[in-house]
Amino acid sequence: MARVAASRRSLLGHSYNLVGVVAALVILAWTLIAIFAPAIIPHSIGDIVDDDYFGPMRQGLWLGSDYLGRDMLSRVLMGARYTVGISLAAVVIACFSGVVLGMIAAVTGGWLDTCLSRFLDAMNSIPSKLFGLVVVAAVGSSIPALILTLAVIYIPGAYRFARALAVNINTMDFMTVARVRGESIAYLIGSEILPNIIRPVLADFGLRFVFIVLLLSGLSFLGLGLQPPLADWGALVRENIGGLPFAAPAVIVPSLAIASLTISVNLLIDNLPQKIRDRDA
Amino acid sequence: MTSGVLNLVLKRLAIAVVTLLIVLFAVFFATSMLPGDTASILLGQAATPEAVAGLREAMHLNDPAILRFLLWVVGLLHGDLGTSYANEMPVAALIGGRFVNTMELAGITTLLSVPLALTLGITAAMLRGSLYDRAVTILSIGVISVPEFMVATLAVLLFAVYLKWLPALSSVNEAHTLTDLVRIYAMPVITLTFVISAQMIRMTRAAVIETLSTPYVEMALLKGASRGRMVLKHALPNALGPIVNAVALSLSYLVGGVIIVETIFNYPGIAKLMVDAVATRDLPLIQSCAMIFCLGYLLLITVADIIAIMSNPRLR
Repeated sequence: MARVAASRRSLLGHSYNLVGVVAALVILAWTLIAIFAPAIIPHSIGDIVDDDYFGPMRQGLWLGSDYLGRDMLSRVLMGARYTVGISLAAVVIACFSGVVLGMIAAVTGGWLDTCLSRFLDAMNSIPSKLFGLVVVAAVGSSIPALILTLAVIYIPGAYRFARALAVNINTMDFMTVARVRGESIAYLIGSEILPNIIRPVLADFGLRFVFIVLLLSGLSFLGLGLQPPLADWGALVRENIGGLPFAAPAVIVPSLAIASLTISVNLLIDNLPQKIRDRDA
Repeated sequence: MTSGVLNLVLKRLAIAVVTLLIVLFAVFFATSMLPGDTASILLGQAATPEAVAGLREAMHLNDPAILRFLLWVVGLLHGDLGTSYANEMPVAALIGGRFVNTMELAGITTLLSVPLALTLGITAAMLRGSLYDRAVTILSIGVISVPEFMVATLAVLLFAVYLKWLPALSSVNEAHTLTDLVRIYAMPVITLTFVISAQMIRMTRAAVIETLSTPYVEMALLKGASRGRMVLKHALPNALGPIVNAVALSLSYLVGGVIIVETIFNYPGIAKLMVDAVATRDLPLIQSCAMIFCLGYLLLITVADIIAIMSNPRLR
């Protein structure tokens, strides 16, 4: 699919292909929906607007109604807010902390590097879903708690990735020169290392975002994520799971929303120009 | 095996042990943070403060956390998993049967998904760029990109709602005949197989493609070996290490998969037990279940790493 699409030059000087552009548009659309959801939903998410539950798609209720007869379209649009918002906040914290720690470890070396690497590798050996389950059960599922939990779970991965890249840069001559000049660690990681690893780090950011969306949806599906009356896409699937035997749109649509977002991010990263995507360094 | 490899393997094993200790620590303290006072939850709202204090004393809840941690680890070493708070049964007895159920689920999934994924992954790599390869790649990206519960709900929609071949729920107790057994396991196994295979196909394909681009495979091509011979005789033996590594790594995804699958299909396994234990704040049960999952996961990723070390010809 990717290869049949003709490459073309864009304003930015990279060649893009059709799949990548479509994926980027889907991501943009969900982002806009997440920002403007309260302004564009046709019904309030709590209003019961249908006499029947698990109503079919029809005029006025474009995506049918849920298990209480609420408008599904409004609930999915608002769900985008929580799924995209929480995941984005979590991935920003995870990647920022992971990358900064990774670069510091690579530049400093020694016992700090060893201790940090051992500890974070151990954290990585706890399956993410299990980790999420236990921690969310412990600290609760308020939105800040969820964001922090998801961020903590994915810091080790971001750390490992950034450290591996930074260690290679660290052996370059310009690093030795900068050290001899007596530059501070903040300067070394901010001005010498970061510019050289930023592209693969951004690609990693996208992948980690997908992992977080999937984990958040999984937790919400288990009933340990966002609590009612708030509902992200995973929680929407959970609360409407009773509609599965009737193949109600209420249970299918939120799943499709998750899939459209995560598949788009994956396809976008896969179709980025090689220069940006290059992960082996 | 030379001493170099032996050293690396021993080092990897030592890391695994250190990791296990940190994991033990993390699991214990994460579960100690669970909200609510266990003693007052157990005794209910009508309990007198004296009774709650007495129970706290009896359960060692007043002791410092580090002491309770040490007691717990010593207990684990003796094979004592503690007593469930909820129904006062030994945790080991609660876990026993459930553990067998989960292992059966994981075992059947492994038996199905490994041959399936290897066949698809290797053939896709051989026919790289063909329509078949693209179909396999897109399908596996698709499965990886969606949550496990979506694969499960789609499987229910397809097999139970539209085709009506299989029941949507499992209950191991109702199995009397072989057909019953197949019908019970089918849905969870299908879902898990999809999730595990997708990962395995991608890694296997990448491993074989990497080997196919090496100079010695090119040499085989140049000296006129057939495509099949080139892959089977020259590429595959060298790709074996990475492939086995990919299999072990993919199997570690089973851990996350069973949590969702057992919940959605109501399968009486250890993951369902743990999700229920989280709901009732049954600390010893949560700790033991979490430990079993972490152990399994750690075992698989350690095995994967050791295979990667041993199969590296530069170290042999």
